[in-house]
Amino acid sequence: MTSGVGPVEESAAEEAPIVANADVVKARQMVRALAQQARLSLVDQTKLVTAASELARNTLTYGGGGHMRMSIVSRGGKTGVRVAFRDEGPGIPDLDLALTDGWSSGRGMGLGLSGARRLADEFELVSEPGKGTHVVVVKWAR
Amino acid sequence: MAQDDSDRLLSLLADGQDDFVARWIRTVTSSLAGRLTPAEVQQDLTELYRALLVALRQGDTATKGEAFGEVRSLLTELSRNRARQGFSPTETASSLFALKEVLQSALVEAGDLATYARFCRVLDDLGLYTVEVHAKAREEIISAQAEQLLELSTPVVKLWDGIVGVPLVGTLDSARTQVVMEKLLQSLLDQNATHAIVDITGVPSVDTQVAQHLLKTVVAARMMGAECTISGIRPQIAQTIVALGIEFGDITTKATLADALRHALHRIEQNGAAAGIGGTA
Repeated sequence: MTSGVGPVEESAAEEAPIVANADVVKARQMVRALAQQARLSLVDQTKLVTAASELARNTLTYGGGGHMRMSIVSRGGKTGVRVAFRDEGPGIPDLDLALTDGWSSGRGMGLGLSGARRLADEFELVSEPGKGTHVVVVKWAR
Repeated sequence: MAQDDSDRLLSLLADGQDDFVARWIRTVTSSLAGRLTPAEVQQDLTELYRALLVALRQGDTATKGEAFGEVRSLLTELSRNRARQGFSPTETASSLFALKEVLQSALVEAGDLATYARFCRVLDDLGLYTVEVHAKAREEIISAQAEQLLELSTPVVKLWDGIVGVPLVGTLDSARTQVVMEKLLQSLLDQNATHAIVDITGVPSVDTQVAQHLLKTVVAARMMGAECTISGIRPQIAQTIVALGIEFGDITTKATLADALRHALHRIEQNGAAAGIGGTA
């Protein structure tokens, strides 16, 4: 995260494994609780939770399971929630293709990754074939 | 040497049977603090002791072997019952380990440490087995409850003549969708309904998977000739769905269940008028 002004401070970090379907549900609940704590509006809470839900399911389905790390971040007086997903799966060979609406390597709608990018304020995707995938979303309180 | 050991153990167990069992029952009953009657404990332990004796008499100490089949099935039943009665796995295993204490004085005083150690190993294995069975029994209970919950949480209600509604609450995963779809399609047939309303007021977030499941349900209802409306789209859900880029196509969506019901009634009236047989009003 290099965009924006000033250093980013982090607090209330929490981690959770994403290895089963129930973990996706758990991840949604955890993200919602943290978004409420960071005083995000109801719409922003819902957007962040939905983005986290998409990314958690991608971690599980395509990454073969991994980890979620979430925290409250603040920068220049603004507060937000940062959620990161990391897996050691096969990685994404073509990032642009993966971010194309309607394209899916699986049986989904092909909107999860691109949708998550639109739902978040900041989005970072690092992936290389054979080296797993790391996705970060940030939603700032307005 | 090993043969002597097991012979000595066997004769000790057989000779002292009544005394050992009585002391075992006393130890276990007191450790369970009256949550099981002495009669229940007596029945369980007497059978178990007898089966254990039979198994050891076959000269085999591998508890996974055939000789211990009877012991294992008794322990399975015991462990399952205890799990259902709310006992912890530690308590169940401890009941078994109590037999060590009972035999300790007799074997250790006779200086028979090797035999004692061997007997302890058998009991340890069996104790672990009860823990395994306990965990499995709990898992079965949990999955049975999850199934019941699935049924409970997806009612299909008749809203009007020819209109059925499905109020969805919570998370919509593939298992849930399957149940919802089956129930909805069946009640379309049973109620002779022409309209279905799927209400998602109780669904906290709609992601692509939930949307995909909703769309499938609607398509299936349409194939049976019913019109399907999705209601309960709150402002935050509408904005999220748009940002995600999900297209609901020509599927009718409404903010509230009341709007959806009004829409369905209106459609029925229209169809009735078109068919020349009068509306429902």
